Amino acid sequence: MIIAERKPMDEIKRMLAPYKKVLVAGCGTCVTVCWAGGEKEVAILASQLRLARSAEHNEISIFEASVERQCEREMVAEIKDKVTEVEAVISLACGAGVQTMSEMFEDKPVFPGVNTTFIGMPEKEGLWVEMCGACGDCFLDRTGGICPIVRCAKGLLNGPCGGTRKGGKCEIDPDKDCAWVLIYRRLEKQGRLDLMRNYYAPKNYRAVKRPGRIQAAKA
Amino acid sequence: MATPFRKILKTKDFVVTAEAAPVKGSNVSKAIEHIELLKDKVDGLNVTDNQSSVMRYPSLGVCLLVKEHGGEPVLQVTCRDRNRLAIQADLLFAYSRGVDNVLCLTGDSIDVGDHKEAKQVFDLDSVQLIHLIHTLNSGQDMAGNELDGNIDFCIGTTATPSADPLEPQLIKVEKKLAAGVEFIQTQAVYELDELKRFVEFVRKIDDKVKILGGIVPVIGAKMAAYMNDNVPGVFIPQHLIDELAQTPKGTGVAKGIEIAARMIRQMREEKICDGVHIMFIGREEKVPDILEAAGLL
Repeated sequence: MIIAERKPMDEIKRMLAPYKKVLVAGCGTCVTVCWAGGEKEVAILASQLRLARSAEHNEISIFEASVERQCEREMVAEIKDKVTEVEAVISLACGAGVQTMSEMFEDKPVFPGVNTTFIGMPEKEGLWVEMCGACGDCFLDRTGGICPIVRCAKGLLNGPCGGTRKGGKCEIDPDKDCAWVLIYRRLEKQGRLDLMRNYYAPKNYRAVKRPGRIQAAKA
Repeated sequence: MATPFRKILKTKDFVVTAEAAPVKGSNVSKAIEHIELLKDKVDGLNVTDNQSSVMRYPSLGVCLLVKEHGGEPVLQVTCRDRNRLAIQADLLFAYSRGVDNVLCLTGDSIDVGDHKEAKQVFDLDSVQLIHLIHTLNSGQDMAGNELDGNIDFCIGTTATPSADPLEPQLIKVEKKLAAGVEFIQTQAVYELDELKRFVEFVRKIDDKVKILGGIVPVIGAKMAAYMNDNVPGVFIPQHLIDELAQTPKGTGVAKGIEIAARMIRQMREEKICDGVHIMFIGREEKVPDILEAAGLL
């Protein structure tokens, strides 16, 4: 899923400073699961904004709404009435959700309330880790199901750099594992270390032609 | 005229290289001082490429200075700051100006340097870089276009004999050897048994490649602890840290030189490897003292 983090309050306050009527819009999918932009976080941000503006004697009317997926026009359309009532929207969805909203309501400023960070998974409660770089040319068959594109800090394809720390930790962070040590151990366990001995040519960065666009094949 | 590095590698019993770090700024007088001091005392002068991800005068720029002053430069190329177009273009320029020895490295992460918010590139990795230079040597660029003019780089790379775990590193070394390198300048080594094991490993695969053991002198226990925590790929053992801790105040540099010279002598006398690569970062002017103490002058 897509992982995001709430933006700092000061940044959100700055974006909303000129407005008196604002909608805080949540999304019920990825950002709900990673505690960044679901209904609960919408309620929290709304209260924080009311308190902050009240303390500044600059009252604000806040409306709250969430849709199941902000990245789908049909679902965003469900909150059209609420958007009509406000001067601006602060969306707690990922960048795709913010842009869907902003495209559907072109006359309204739609601000991002979260920073979209990566595609990942929950490792334990409250901790999410990056797993996929959406590179368009999946390499996981060669690396025991561990992605070196994003889990190696340098995205190396042919093995670890020389900076690996003692015990197989990453050069840049002793709390993170060296992806290539993980790959080595996984492939060794599977008796497939030969895969690591293969030479892999430089990556084709045109696998996804940016901006990405995929047309489904006709049935 | 300096002897070409490839010829040195083929003929000399114990090859000696040192590192010349580019300056921070446009005043190159310090770099020239180091080049003048070292060029006739070593067989090759490696010029680092934004070492430790700290932005500096370019590696190629100092390599040209080494050439101008009659030394033999080894151009260090990392994959961190340039994509495949920029790397190839720089290599064409280098070769056209007589800079024909290249050391291929991954490059430290941007996070350890002084421009931490920069975008790191890593379009290629070090194994792919070695393949790329062979492609240039064959007269073509990476896209398969013919190149006008001959290219014949002497290609080297690096390795970390002290890595833990070592096996994944050795697999990468295998890939570098399969790609084809003429020399390896290792990362800093502090346990010669580790270097010995590494050389034995390489020899089983390739008996021609020359291996130069990496020496980074340590001049104090605190510095050693700092390096262990902050310099990627450096592992200084406790017994050396203890030896440094017992050194009287003010004699740290002399002790560091003594330890380095002791290790170099052992490398040479016991034929552990084919030479030494000395990286005395920030104290290049002390390299001749190490060479003298090691009996190499």
